[in-house]
Amino acid sequence: MATFSHAVGTQTYRFDSLKDLMAKASPARSGDFLAGVAALNDGERVAAQMALADIPLSWFLQEALIPYESDEVTRLIIDTHDPLAFAAVSHLTVGGFRDWLLSDAADEQSLRALAPGLTPEMAAAVSKIMRVQDLILVAQKIRVVTRFRGTMGLRGRLSTRLQPNHPTDDPAGIAASILDGLLYGNGDAMIGINPATDSIASICDLLNMLDAIIQRYEIPTQSCVLTHVTTSIEAINRGVPLDLVFQSIAGTEAANASFGINLNLLQEGYEAGLSLNRGTLGNNLMYFETGQGSALSANAHFGVDQQTCETRAYAVARHFKPFLVNTVVGFIGPEYLYNGKQIIRAGLEDHFCGKLLGVPMGCDICYTNHAEADQDDMDNLLTLLGVAGINFIMGIPGSDDIMLNYQTTSFHDALYARKTLGLKPAPEFEQWLSKIGIFTQTDGRIEFGHQLPPAFRQALAHLGGR
Amino acid sequence: MATTPTDSLNPWLELRRLTPARIALGRTGTSMPTGAQLDFQFAHAQARDAVHLPFDHAGLSSQLAERGQQTLLLHSAAIDRHSYLQRPDLGRKLDDDSAQQLRDYALAHPGAIDVAIVVADGLSALAVHRHTLPFLARMQEQTATENWSQSPVILVEQGRVAVADEIGELLGAKMVVMLIGERPGLSSPDSLGLYFTYGPKIGLTDAYRNCISNVRLEGLSYAMAAHRLVYLMREACRRQLSGVNLKDEAQVHTIESAAPSENFLLKGE
Repeated sequence: MATFSHAVGTQTYRFDSLKDLMAKASPARSGDFLAGVAALNDGERVAAQMALADIPLSWFLQEALIPYESDEVTRLIIDTHDPLAFAAVSHLTVGGFRDWLLSDAADEQSLRALAPGLTPEMAAAVSKIMRVQDLILVAQKIRVVTRFRGTMGLRGRLSTRLQPNHPTDDPAGIAASILDGLLYGNGDAMIGINPATDSIASICDLLNMLDAIIQRYEIPTQSCVLTHVTTSIEAINRGVPLDLVFQSIAGTEAANASFGINLNLLQEGYEAGLSLNRGTLGNNLMYFETGQGSALSANAHFGVDQQTCETRAYAVARHFKPFLVNTVVGFIGPEYLYNGKQIIRAGLEDHFCGKLLGVPMGCDICYTNHAEADQDDMDNLLTLLGVAGINFIMGIPGSDDIMLNYQTTSFHDALYARKTLGLKPAPEFEQWLSKIGIFTQTDGRIEFGHQLPPAFRQALAHLGGR
Repeated sequence: MATTPTDSLNPWLELRRLTPARIALGRTGTSMPTGAQLDFQFAHAQARDAVHLPFDHAGLSSQLAERGQQTLLLHSAAIDRHSYLQRPDLGRKLDDDSAQQLRDYALAHPGAIDVAIVVADGLSALAVHRHTLPFLARMQEQTATENWSQSPVILVEQGRVAVADEIGELLGAKMVVMLIGERPGLSSPDSLGLYFTYGPKIGLTDAYRNCISNVRLEGLSYAMAAHRLVYLMREACRRQLSGVNLKDEAQVHTIESAAPSENFLLKGE
């Protein structure tokens, strides 16, 4: 294993390995301190960034941060690496790669062609020497477009997952949040429920209910119930109508094992989803959630910094041609991302690295009450990710998830981003909103219908006749 | 007073009774109306204040003394809230002085301890201030017939759940019950959590503990929480274990199963 040193002025900094160098080059965050892998001070951090900038990208194909023999994620990364695609940048150092990414040579087309030639470690490395504006500028050049019943990721579009969670999975309570969201133009990425109870019977009930709502109101969206992949497979075997197959994933084999999954099981889930053939426009159907710190919290990080572990999860994701991937950035708590500044940077890193690797990234822009963060921080991250061209964000009633007890972006927040940045929902959903009479949008102008759409007026009348 | 712009009038207001979610908030333009906006900010402020409220251990100690219960004050290895929030590992163990204090206590007081009760601030000292005394009173009523010997009530500053296992081990206690402030939600700044371990020792994982969550006025009542805890303790003594292998059957019998409501979006044709 190579060691690295870097001299700045009179001081020479030494780094034990590529893994050590990567960790110490990471912008400061509490999870890396918790793991004991962070730089000791700011000087050492920048020296590590300087040393990292001098390393040839090709080095990452020689030295695995987590051994090939002991980790199936590393094997996936190496075995699926495309040397022809890599050729465009194979002569560059990490620093030279940053310069190239920011140059006009890197455009939508060349970046799409490059993606299969990049490993997660290369993406993570270059992100560590990029400022926030670099992460945004490069990400917004890239589009990762996916399709199921709607089209995600087109330029000028911002989609939302309508997240109608309820503490007891009560059907009417969930339906109330769904209608609220639809009437604010949310839900084009999916209507996705985190179930409170994980029994197969209640999961199937929720899936049947979402399918019935989507069919009755002819909504061009996808359903998802966020349960373990084995439960989704079981639901599919029982003939339940399921659109998107969900799973939480992480960047090491051991962390995935702590979630009760491996690559074979994901493949099984993917194939089960494909067998239903429910996509009308395309068959991207996996929905993955990730987040910095998950490998460390499972004690499965092997001394690798949390941002690099996270980026390795995107290699897992892209292998299954996902519909969407969601980094749940502030959910894990302040021991991994302490405050608004760390959460904002992490969200932008994740989005950038995912897009660079060809993954359809979204972000759960969120925080918990014991993190040093608030709504203003979320507004900042939302605005920045909107500019960066993020595929989707969450939409929940009033930012308050009453089941998971954390705060994420509201239906109103999504409209703010669409309005200020001139972004629209997915084209199929945009048409539906207009046809059913919820609103029409022209650039940044959103014109609501004067009355409730007749279909929903009727549903509310049923409620009145209780 | 917050004003109500005409476009925020909300024709689906009646859906509010179906869910505690913040639905039908109305809108001004496409943004949150002032009233809803400030309601949210207040809820968040309460949760934040609860996280940073210092543990009034002196107050709690004197209230317990009035009821004839002795206390011992200990501190985790997390020196302050800042360190507590970033280093969960430090909150899970005692600082050196506290560990020594417990060893000294155990030497000076030989004899079996059946139950050690530990009270830690956790993420909401507010929860501990509000609920410790009334909960312990209910618990005492329900354990009166057991003749379980007890240590003084152990108060821990900047404590996390697992610190109770170290305390139980140092005291040689058969069972340890921890009362700890839970992570505040937006509408629940004062939720108390109860954790129970049979045969506590350092290094046990969550799989060896039973948890009873959401003890507060709007959540699980003191009586119900005490009932479930004491049920677990009796079962644990009988089977000599706690955690995932000790099913909380008391829960099954006591939680009302409300019939799910009908979904109005799917009614009629």
